[in-house]
Amino acid sequence: MRKEKPKEKPKENHMRIELTVNGAQHALDIEPRTTLLDCLRDHLGLTGAHAGCEHGVCGACTVLVDGIAVRSCLMFAPQAEDAAITTIEGVTPGPGELSPVQDAFCETHGMQCGYCTPAMVLVAHAFLADNPEPTREQIVEAISGNICRCTGYAQIVEAIALAAERMRGANRPSELRK
Amino acid sequence: MSEARHRYVSSDRRVREDRRFVVGKGKFVADIDLPNTKHIALVTCPHAAARIKSIDKRAALKMPGVHYVVDGRELAEATLPLMTGLDTPNVPRRPLALDIARYSGEWVAAVVADTRAQAEDAAEAIDVSYEPLPFVLDAEQAMAPGAVLVHQAHGSNVLLDKTFVWGDVDQDFKESPHKLSLRVKWARSSTVPIETFGVVTTWDPWREILDVYASIQMPRYADQIGAALKIPSSSVRVHYDVDVGGSYGVKRGIKNTVLAGYLARRLGVPIRLIEDRLENMRGGDAHGPERLFDVDVAFDDNGVVRSMKMCALENLGAYAGRSPFQLGKPIGSIVGPYKIGSVQYRAIAVVTNKTTQDAVRGFGQGPTNLALERVMDEVANVLNLDPLEVRRRNLIRHEEFPYMIPSGTTYDSGDYHTVIDKVLADTNYAELKKERDRLRAGGKLAGIGIAACLEPSGGNATFEALLNPAITTSTFMDSCRIVVDGMGAITATMHTTSSGQGHETLVGTVVGEVLQIDPDTIRVARPDSLNSLPSGTPVGSRMAIMLGGAAFHAAQKLKAKLVAIAAHDLGIPPERAVYKEGSVFDRNAPQNKRTWADLVQIAHRNLHRMPDGFEPGLAVSHIYDVPTGGTLPTPDGRVQMYPCFAFEFHLILLSIDPDLGVPEIVRYRLGHDCGTQINPKIVRGMAMGGIAHGIGAALHEEFAYNDEGQLIAQTFMDYLLPSSHEVPAIDIIDHETPSPHTVLGQKGSGESGYLGAPAAIANAVNDALKPLGVSINTLPLKASKLGDLIAEARAKKGGK
Repeated sequence: MRKEKPKEKPKENHMRIELTVNGAQHALDIEPRTTLLDCLRDHLGLTGAHAGCEHGVCGACTVLVDGIAVRSCLMFAPQAEDAAITTIEGVTPGPGELSPVQDAFCETHGMQCGYCTPAMVLVAHAFLADNPEPTREQIVEAISGNICRCTGYAQIVEAIALAAERMRGANRPSELRK
Repeated sequence: MSEARHRYVSSDRRVREDRRFVVGKGKFVADIDLPNTKHIALVTCPHAAARIKSIDKRAALKMPGVHYVVDGRELAEATLPLMTGLDTPNVPRRPLALDIARYSGEWVAAVVADTRAQAEDAAEAIDVSYEPLPFVLDAEQAMAPGAVLVHQAHGSNVLLDKTFVWGDVDQDFKESPHKLSLRVKWARSSTVPIETFGVVTTWDPWREILDVYASIQMPRYADQIGAALKIPSSSVRVHYDVDVGGSYGVKRGIKNTVLAGYLARRLGVPIRLIEDRLENMRGGDAHGPERLFDVDVAFDDNGVVRSMKMCALENLGAYAGRSPFQLGKPIGSIVGPYKIGSVQYRAIAVVTNKTTQDAVRGFGQGPTNLALERVMDEVANVLNLDPLEVRRRNLIRHEEFPYMIPSGTTYDSGDYHTVIDKVLADTNYAELKKERDRLRAGGKLAGIGIAACLEPSGGNATFEALLNPAITTSTFMDSCRIVVDGMGAITATMHTTSSGQGHETLVGTVVGEVLQIDPDTIRVARPDSLNSLPSGTPVGSRMAIMLGGAAFHAAQKLKAKLVAIAAHDLGIPPERAVYKEGSVFDRNAPQNKRTWADLVQIAHRNLHRMPDGFEPGLAVSHIYDVPTGGTLPTPDGRVQMYPCFAFEFHLILLSIDPDLGVPEIVRYRLGHDCGTQINPKIVRGMAMGGIAHGIGAALHEEFAYNDEGQLIAQTFMDYLLPSSHEVPAIDIIDHETPSPHTVLGQKGSGESGYLGAPAAIANAVNDALKPLGVSINTLPLKASKLGDLIAEARAKKGGK
């Protein structure tokens, strides 16, 4: 990951911002028009967020801003100062490890090409934080702002339902777990 | 499903590719970050057709970060036109328009700058002077005498007009008591992956190698790049380990690559061209078929269709690469799953002033299946028979396989009636009709839709020779190499990119199955094109068959070599040596065995223990021909097209709000038979995703143009991809009729769902409209269109 720690004055047409991404602080010199998506990808090397339509419809660029799923293509990076940004890299527990949601996506094969997947996983993380016992309809609603062209959504819905079930189970005393 | 027969094949195993995707560690082309990369933005033509009078680059070249501007003339002088499928030398296709732009959005010039934003700023500052020209958008108008010519030098807008007659069509029509004619239109849509096409390329003048990283899915990519840039194809190194963010046939950015490759050589820096959504939708040359069918069928009193005349008119857009061949592939299953005895097929392809097409999922089969299935429903209507019963009477029966259709292709296997029976055992047809009638009684329009369709699979290219006799390509191979290293670890290779089909899992599973070794321990790698064996790439629903077949045979070769080495070392005849899970033992004395480690030791380091004449090491490869391939068409246009035919039976219930026209799919059942499923999770995903894509094509998606020739669906706000709300819960009922032609009985599934969903939906909508006495045969069946149609019909009926 490239960390920029500028000391001098920002270049012409650039401004200095501070972003908090996955718990780490970054000081960056960027053009004010830089979208949060481009900033994460090009300046911080966080390439898990993907450009799909760049006009706020497909959701492939989704990241969490203060825990809320947001389209990073529609937000300028300077607007994200003072917020806590979480990317897919931030919900991955560690090298070679998967979160329960990520593991559930693997279990149901809730993806094909993998392009919309990081965004779907982040949406699922945010959604399940508030909805530990979701219905199918609620899951469908939760992912309806994210387009997947490969799967027809069935195995994504199943992944989120499975993750919810496992996470609920994980909070029970071990003798009550399935 | 078949645990008894297989160890790993058909079992519910995870897909190995998924681990990198769920953590955002796929390696997509936009993630390729070469030092000093410069970025391209494009200048596009705002007119449907225009002469380019001048291009003033001066202001742009003075802007910050800008390095270069290239126009069509410079590029045309340095490169050759792109490869085309038909012999149409006066319809050259180039990355940038040369003198005349022929559709709105066509690329006219390219700017190179330090950042994409700077390149976009500069593109706006390029002053192109245009002289607008007359244009033609409609295929029938383009064919009419006196039509505006898209390519003057060609002398006509028709690139292809070929009629085939298989069997005695005239006699069959004369003898049949009933005939009907139907006009069906498949609207211009495409696969529209969420990742646009992208390419990063860099030229090394000392090694004379052009490195290409691209989100590509295309046969002969390196060949085509080399040909256009006038460098040997061995100077092109395509990196196949780039993950492709969806394709479904359409990611064929040859023009993007030639443009970027030229600039990389011209400027001596890495060049990156990642289409933005607008460039992709308008000028990415990634539209799919726009096809008008006129179908006539002759049938008897029982609804048995004896003969068919089908005319398919394709609106190609302004240029053609391989897209006209999408009229040829359906010839290999021109009668669908039915016993239609004779066929006349006329295939016409015309150019118009619309965006250029490329290959889309099914390669023309989806539109053809729509036309066939609409006709079967109309036959039922005419005779007042149940559409399901009409299909049962026409379907090829299980005992009739292998079955040769009039156009010369023999279908491998199928059990269509059983698949349908299985679906009906799950969903009571009479109950479904009652449910439809209850919806109707409640004030909705409601209809049942059926589609019984084939998915030709195995991806041969013999349709090329059918439509262009100058082409003599008779096969389309694929390959796998397996190397066991000195430590005993296994690496298998595949030699193309993937776009979500799980090919690494496929190779691992098949090699593991043959070697009886846990697939997860087998590394699957993708060497670049200079280190690869031949691959026909993942087109035509072929990789389970072709890459699976190559991996299977390579593993068999490895196994045979291990057995021979062990038998020699044990001093027994090879037929007494038994392979089990990586070890080989003496059948007569099982305690005498050579383990995997022993065999690796012999092959790598104890060559004195090898049988005479054996190559050292444990490296094998197999290049696999398409089963049943290797023949060219007969003079009357009969040929064995694809080897395998998967079957899908769609049964749906759909309701329409009569005031708003909004259709809603209430029930969706799919019966699916693609033979042996190598990985059931992957097959299910393909079918589910295919149905979703088919729902889009049927109800929502259209690259619509206005009368000025402007594409009016340029964004995802007007080109509507189905969201999770538009895709209902779907139940899939599997059946398994193995193919006799493939190593494990597998058939293809990459186009499943998509090939029948639009037909089933169109039939359901028409069943719903039947009480109003109207019908609709033009996709997409948008709510606005249905609402108007319903209102008009009601007004005519004097209803509310």
